[in-house]
Amino acid sequence: MSSANTAHSVVEPSARSKRIAATLVILYAVITMIPLVWIFLTSIKSPPDSISYPPKILFTPSLEGYCNLFTTRTRQTPEYIASLPPPEGMCDAVTRERNMVIAGPSNFLPRFTNSLIIAFGSTFLAVGLGTLAAYGFSRFKVPLADDLLFFILSTRMMPPIAVAIPIYLMYRQLGLSDTALGMMLLYTAVNVSLAVWLLKGFIDEIPREYEEAAMIDGYSRLQAFRKVVLPQATTGIAATAIFCLIFAWNEYAFASLLTSGSAQTAPPFIPTIIGEGGQDWPAVAAGTTIFLVPILVFTILLRKQLLRGITFGAVRK
Amino acid sequence: MTTSPHTYADKAAEAAVRATPEPLVRRVRALSDKAIAWLFIAPTIALLLAINIFPLFWAIYLSFTNYRANRPNAEVKNVGLGNYSRVLNDPDIWASMQTTAHFVFWTILLQTVIGFALAYLIDRKFRGHAFWTTLILIPMMLSPAVVGNFWRFLYEPQIGLFAYAVSFLTGIPTSEIQMLGSVNLAPWAIIIVDTWMWTPYVMLICLAGLRSIPDYIYEAAEVDRASNWRQFWSITVPMALPFIMLAVLFRGIENFKMFDMVNLLTGGGPGSTTEVASITLKRDAFEAWATGRSSAFAIVLFVAVFGLANIYVKALNRVKQR
Repeated sequence: MSSANTAHSVVEPSARSKRIAATLVILYAVITMIPLVWIFLTSIKSPPDSISYPPKILFTPSLEGYCNLFTTRTRQTPEYIASLPPPEGMCDAVTRERNMVIAGPSNFLPRFTNSLIIAFGSTFLAVGLGTLAAYGFSRFKVPLADDLLFFILSTRMMPPIAVAIPIYLMYRQLGLSDTALGMMLLYTAVNVSLAVWLLKGFIDEIPREYEEAAMIDGYSRLQAFRKVVLPQATTGIAATAIFCLIFAWNEYAFASLLTSGSAQTAPPFIPTIIGEGGQDWPAVAAGTTIFLVPILVFTILLRKQLLRGITFGAVRK
Repeated sequence: MTTSPHTYADKAAEAAVRATPEPLVRRVRALSDKAIAWLFIAPTIALLLAINIFPLFWAIYLSFTNYRANRPNAEVKNVGLGNYSRVLNDPDIWASMQTTAHFVFWTILLQTVIGFALAYLIDRKFRGHAFWTTLILIPMMLSPAVVGNFWRFLYEPQIGLFAYAVSFLTGIPTSEIQMLGSVNLAPWAIIIVDTWMWTPYVMLICLAGLRSIPDYIYEAAEVDRASNWRQFWSITVPMALPFIMLAVLFRGIENFKMFDMVNLLTGGGPGSTTEVASITLKRDAFEAWATGRSSAFAIVLFVAVFGLANIYVKALNRVKQR
């Protein structure tokens, strides 16, 4: 036993074991980040650089992938391109170097917008409904409450494809196929089960005495809910909202089966980005980068709430 | 009609209310707790009934018919248990169940071992551990579909980074590292991506487990001069076990349902070597349009997950009580 250790409590790990732990964890973290760094690097490579052998780590950055992501292009003869007026902007110039001209915008922006609308809309609905239901389950004696809660949760055990078969038929009847509203309702229904479960835990933690005191002071039950419970539950609501948002943002199975055109979200769209003669990897990487950045920012900014939500949700279930 | 005294009392109360009119606001404010409870819960239940339960019952109904979604006007016949006996006797479906079992077994094993090891190391609380933990978490937040799609590029035998790195480290020529094209390697290709994405999740739950062990237990063990090895096996592992088992349950359910990552990475191929249950279900339902039969398969899957999960939870509760 070294004397340096005696200053610590007996359970404090030794300096040597800390060093070993740090080395291994950092090694894992670095390896696990390589695919993500590679996505970003590919997005700023020119198409020939992206498919060179061996894979290039040093290269001249190019925004061609981003240009290709947002545009559709057609091949033209060099004579035709020479006859055009000077290129407007960088993308125009990059495209002409490949003997092509920009024909118009691609579908990426509308698909990305769909993702935004559907993800935020369904998160808002799921958290709103979930908060109300969680409060109901937390504070009142609901007959069969345990069965209802278990039933709410068990709906998540269905494989998404199994749910998609009848939903596909139902939406076809109701005219909800390939609509943003249909997708929003579906994601709300999937998320609300998780939201109720998580939020009930958060609301259970708020002492009933707070509301009871407020009600003695003349607040009605609804006012007490709005002015006492909701402000106390903000952290829990925020954590739940992030989870719902991440699910709706990342969802692929339902989106690929139930949307094909106007309501298609980004996840089923990005894999379909192709160039001449196969997948246009810099453009796919550019789309992937743009798609991942919001979640990346969320994860880093809100890591505390996220951690709480994951472990908490897990431990409660 | 007989009028009970009860209704007289009600009428009297109503008359009293009418005599002293309350403003509407007061009446809304004075909603009974029971009314509020139902008002708050009903929308959620209604949505779940419409989008989860009604379709489930519809699927159960369809599983007894020969309905085909691409021929909505054809006559629908009741085929009894025909679809179920076909599903349970279909060697392709058993093969896909076996593929799923292989995938679930190896992903859970790898994720639990690596995840627990990482949690144990992070729990040494070295300087900067919070920062590195956040970095490690990132893959599990990302879209399995979008990231899985990009792994196709990483797995390319000639130009892909993965093949290059493996060849660099082992000397095997890159042309032999056909992760997605080879019958032997493709099942491992999907296991690697899933492990990369979800090990952080298992790590987080294990970390919660390790942090729930009170310090005094270790202090007591120190007093008794128990070795670190002994402490690890007789304190750390048993006390973290319920958490590890929970992580296994969640990953098990999720991977049993696995669709997005595998669909984009291999689409079930080459041949049907990576055709997990959800891929078979999708091919049956949305490519062969055998709606009735695929509904029967969906119900079988649901019952299997539900049944296995329930048995497992019973075991888990027994471990917790120990």
